[in-house]
Amino acid sequence: MPDTPVTTNTGNLALRTLESHDIEHLRALVDDPKRIIVGNAIHEDYSHDELHTLVHAPEVLIEAVSTAEISAIMRYASAKGIAVTARGQGTGLVGGAVSLHGGIMLSLQKMNKFLELDVENMLLTVEPGVLLMEIAEYLAPTGLFYPPDPGEKSATIGGNISTNAGGMRAVKYGVTRDYVRSLEVVLASGEVVEVGGKVAKNSSGYSIKDLMIGSEGTLGIITKATLKLIGQPKVTVSLLIPFPDLGAAISAVPAILKVRQVPTAVEFMQREVIEAASEYLGRPFPDNSADAYLLVSCDGPTRRIVDESVDEIAQVALGHGAIDAFLADTPERQLSVWSTRGTFLEAIKASTSMIDECDVVVPRNEVASFITFSYELQAKHGLRLMSFGHAGDGNLHIYALRDDLDEATWTTRVEAVFAAMYDRAHAIGGKVSGEHGIGFAKMRYLASSEQEPTIRLMQAIKRAFDPQGILNPGKIV
Amino acid sequence: MTIVALIKQVPLTSEVALDPKTGVIQRESGETKMNPYDLYALETALRISQTHGGKTIALTMGPPQAEAVVREAFAMGFDEGYLLTDRAFAGSDVLATSHALSQAIRTLGQVDLIITGKQTTDGDTGQVGAEVSEFLGIPCVAAVQQLLEISETSITATSDTGTTLMTVRVELPALIAVDKDIHQPRLPSYVRMKQTEKRQVRRITLADLPDTDRTHYGLEGSPTQVVKIFPPESNTDFALWTGVDIPGRLYEYLQKEKFLQELA
Ligand SMILES: Cc1cc2nc3c(=O)[nH]c(=O)nc-3n(C[C@H](O)[C@H](O)[C@H](O)COP(=O)(O)OP(=O)(O)OC[C@H]3O[C@@H](n4cnc5c(N)ncnc54)[C@H](O)[C@@H]3O)c2cc1C
Ligand SMILES: Cc1cc2nc3c(=O)[nH]c(=O)nc-3n(C[C@H](O)[C@H](O)[C@H](O)COP(=O)(O)OP(=O)(O)OC[C@H]3O[C@@H](n4cnc5c(N)ncnc54)[C@H](O)[C@@H]3O)c2cc1C
Repeated sequence: MPDTPVTTNTGNLALRTLESHDIEHLRALVDDPKRIIVGNAIHEDYSHDELHTLVHAPEVLIEAVSTAEISAIMRYASAKGIAVTARGQGTGLVGGAVSLHGGIMLSLQKMNKFLELDVENMLLTVEPGVLLMEIAEYLAPTGLFYPPDPGEKSATIGGNISTNAGGMRAVKYGVTRDYVRSLEVVLASGEVVEVGGKVAKNSSGYSIKDLMIGSEGTLGIITKATLKLIGQPKVTVSLLIPFPDLGAAISAVPAILKVRQVPTAVEFMQREVIEAASEYLGRPFPDNSADAYLLVSCDGPTRRIVDESVDEIAQVALGHGAIDAFLADTPERQLSVWSTRGTFLEAIKASTSMIDECDVVVPRNEVASFITFSYELQAKHGLRLMSFGHAGDGNLHIYALRDDLDEATWTTRVEAVFAAMYDRAHAIGGKVSGEHGIGFAKMRYLASSEQEPTIRLMQAIKRAFDPQGILNPGKIV
Repeated sequence: MTIVALIKQVPLTSEVALDPKTGVIQRESGETKMNPYDLYALETALRISQTHGGKTIALTMGPPQAEAVVREAFAMGFDEGYLLTDRAFAGSDVLATSHALSQAIRTLGQVDLIITGKQTTDGDTGQVGAEVSEFLGIPCVAAVQQLLEISETSITATSDTGTTLMTVRVELPALIAVDKDIHQPRLPSYVRMKQTEKRQVRRITLADLPDTDRTHYGLEGSPTQVVKIFPPESNTDFALWTGVDIPGRLYEYLQKEKFLQELA
């Protein structure tokens, strides 16, 4: 806990450390004493997310259960200048859900009710703490489908919306932003607003809803979300396509994306990452013959329609130097490839002492050159890198592995390599984050890659929503 | 070495619902797939033939559309494939199925090794392998977890009997039923699928078998009588304990119900 008041980076108001009367007051706002946890009683998990290197404990943890409660807490926090950090499941990768300035951590995990399934309008309204995997389970028997599919299925929908999560079906279906129709938001002041609506289109002024999406808890607290659904695709078939090297694999991607029915996913993966994942899972991968692979998925209403795409994609890939195309057409076969794909991050983490991540997104035709560039950096700086990612949308996940480097060497090398990568991404028209967000970890890269006036606009937006700078201070801008 | 893998086509989803009143199987869609356990048989056969040379043959008994699983075996790398099909086989129980399969194997010439899966996801008896070997009068090793040694004349395997791992050597020809996860099955190859598109899946009918007596096949040849089909009862009773020393009470309970054994 900070013993002296700290100022936010927007520097408007000194944030206060909580005193005992604040705790008393907050206790009065929360009807169940079990839902307010103070000081050392807060579990260590709540002082970091999946970034792990950024550690800071909140002073008080409140497990909120209603919009009214959150509104009352925000009213108090804004009156008293107390920092409030929203938290879903803490699976974020950029330190977003870490109370950098202490204060209140507002956990949304207990707000996990399904509120309405509007079959006619194909809309689902949920509280923010509902987990992504619960949505999939809930919808399975209904014939309806929520397409976004980020790797971490135990994340909350509130977290997904707040980071504009991407995932494995973005090529065909887009990202979280494309499926949010409306949000209920508690503003910094405690006022409650409903932004967006059940409508399918909307040109009514600035889209506050879209500003909220991807705002990582810095603009307001999301307390309810209405999500757009589509009809469930009945059949999915994946193709595991081996290539002699990554360059060949990546250069086939543009042609694969031009087929008549867009695939849902085009992922790239390399042998060493696959090996790490097989070892981590204790389960061999169905093919080990090649250095690089594309994993492509197609879905559709019938096997025959899907097979047409599969055929077209396999032909295109073979025409672009693929060695073969392996079919994962049953649940078991899909599991054998996708469970390995799904565990890459955990496996890389387990294979070394510490990792740092770069989640850049670049124009699709720059993916291969970017990976090649990262290899040059690996050799030049003596820092081991592993990568995989969404080739179909140019979003790379490149990990630096610390292995047995000492702290100082690790820090210097990571900084040098990351600075070079973000510079390069910027130069070729890329962006700092494709899907994990800025949080704390990527702030300086955002600052140096966006134009000055753009950053000023972002700061002004932040001030407009949160003049005192109490919402998740020290993040994004 | 000539290796025959026995494979079966099963419904795509393994959750086959039974109508609790009539006991009739409710198949939601006609979609099918290869019995997933048979993928391990295919993979084992392919690995042996890759290291020891020889020919791989896939054999299935089923309706004409079961040809699809043989084509899939081609796409995985099998050399030859046979579909054992005839109206006379309809309604076969395990005995009649095994008799028919063993008869078909007799038409294939010299066969050194027969490999089956552990069980199917529909019939699920796990008996076909053993019965085929009995009809052929050859040794059978079930629940094979690992192959230790393969020679021209014998095979040494580890079999998991549930409580014991048993290492057995049998003379060839023999039949082995391999366990799940003996090897990671390869995926069917698109290139092979195209290359084998025109390859024939040979049909074997009753007339081709050494034993052409109809009464040995199908319903007539099936001594099993299905008296009743019903979903197994599921028990959702539970007790909720609150208060002190739950771990202690749980320990006593598990001991009383004989879930715990004293360590020797
Ligand atoms: C193994 C693994 C795989 C992953 N794969 C992907 C992937 O494929 N694609 C992808 O995009 N991400 C991925 N992630 C990152 C992570 O899962 C996502 O960022 C996810 O959206 C975070 O959800 P959460 O509930 O854990 O949010 P948290 O980590 O708790 O919070 C994330 C941010 O959102 C804010 N926030 C949370 N809830 C609210 C709310 N109700 N109102 C306002 N602000 C809120 C927090 O303050 C924080 O800034 C992965 C992470 C892991 C560990
Ligand atoms: C009275 C009766 C009538 C029946 N009528 C029918 C019917 O009309 N239609 C029907 O589909 N089923 C019918 N069955 C079910 C059928 O007998 C079994 O499905 C069949 O004997 C295989 O047994 P299993 O599925 O338990 O295989 P298991 O013994 O569990 O299978 C073990 C292994 O044997 C091999 N194997 C099993 N079946 C075959 C096969 N067909 N071809 C090649 N290899 C195989 C595979 O390698 C498999 O992994 C009937 C059963 C009874 C008792």
